[in-house]
Amino acid sequence: MTNTGDTSLLRARGLRKDYGKANAHLRAVDGVDLEVAAGETVAVMGPSGCGKSTLLHLLGGLERPTAGEVRLAGRRVDNVGERAVARLRRDAVGFVFQAFHLLDELTTIENVELPALLAGRSPRAARRRATSLLEQVGLADRAGFLPSALSGGQRQRVAIARALANDPLVVLADEPTGNLDSAATVEVLRLFDSLHAAGQTLVIVTHDSRIAATADRLISMRDGAFVDETRLTGGTGLSRSTGLSGSTGLSGSTGDAGAAGGGLGAFAGLEG
Amino acid sequence: MQQEVVLAMLAKEPSHGYELRARLRQALGPAGEDLNAGQVYVTLARLEKAGLVESGQSAGLPDRPDRKVYALTAGGQQRVAGWLAEVSWPRPDLAEFHLKLIAAATARLADPLTIVDAQRRELLRRLREAQRAAMAEPDDSRAALLLEGIVLRLQADLRWLEACERHWAVDKDRS
Repeated sequence: MTNTGDTSLLRARGLRKDYGKANAHLRAVDGVDLEVAAGETVAVMGPSGCGKSTLLHLLGGLERPTAGEVRLAGRRVDNVGERAVARLRRDAVGFVFQAFHLLDELTTIENVELPALLAGRSPRAARRRATSLLEQVGLADRAGFLPSALSGGQRQRVAIARALANDPLVVLADEPTGNLDSAATVEVLRLFDSLHAAGQTLVIVTHDSRIAATADRLISMRDGAFVDETRLTGGTGLSRSTGLSGSTGLSGSTGDAGAAGGGLGAFAGLEG
Repeated sequence: MQQEVVLAMLAKEPSHGYELRARLRQALGPAGEDLNAGQVYVTLARLEKAGLVESGQSAGLPDRPDRKVYALTAGGQQRVAGWLAEVSWPRPDLAEFHLKLIAAATARLADPLTIVDAQRRELLRRLREAQRAAMAEPDDSRAALLLEGIVLRLQADLRWLEACERHWAVDKDRS
């Protein structure tokens, strides 16, 4: 395997995916270039059918592209053999899905330790890791429960813990809040926030603006291509206003001089 | 600062200006960060002039420069009662943005989708800010409820932008 020597952890070049054949084909992903730095959270937003889920599948080796390449930590993902790609999916990538995909007949902790067992870790090591992950997602007291006894937000937190079982280089999440109510969405937002703070690299495809707003960088996708990109955190040259309280970044204007409206005070209708 | 809000904050008991301000800031949380003492005192002075509040000196602490205690007059109480019963709600002004998109498209001045994208970036930044503030509030915080309202409104605006995006994308395909 060659190393490209670039600094991005995940990198896609000229990515394309067609379904069907000849003149009846659908181009789901149409010439995507993407670079994700280690520790970065990137959200890809777009209407349903824009190709964002397909893109995520290509990035994680769940599907193979029609053209283009994907590299994770410098290693090709898109053109390696079945066994290599299976190993990669298991060890280097953590997947989180809208519908959780937990195994109903296994307990919470058994679900979380499964990827480590499949990777050949000892039962003791796998259990130890699963225990600490359940603590991390705030569900240590639910270790012996079956998924059916958990709320939606709790199930998704278990699924996130499972995604982390083998210390993946990147977590790929497909509409992780798509099946959750508002309170459960906040549970997942908090959890992603803490993963981000701990340095986990995350790629989230979603049309939920709340989870998209937690990302460092936001990409809009239409008809299989990236059409807009913006950085939501520092480094844009947008002067975040002064007089901020701690890390919450409140009060005063939010940035762009030309943009109407001030900080939260203006939002709450307090000014004037 | 809306006069009725300050009046209503006085309804519980006569208070010093600084107590009023502290009460307001606690109720508003991060959204009240911009609220300065001047705004409260200016409003109190106006209310006093209008006969809605009256002030007296409190025995108070000698080191407090501000020893005035404000109380509602009968007229002030009436105004508060009227305000509580009144139904008012701010109307979001969506027409301006809507017309901007139409003007851009019909005069071929700009791509409406580019305008939608720029607007979305701004709203997502605001959403991020409000959401972070909401998550930082303790569970029993009343200010969190206000922040939730701000978050929900922004989500509604973002959903409308999605509808704008769908419409103008179809429009573009047709032309």
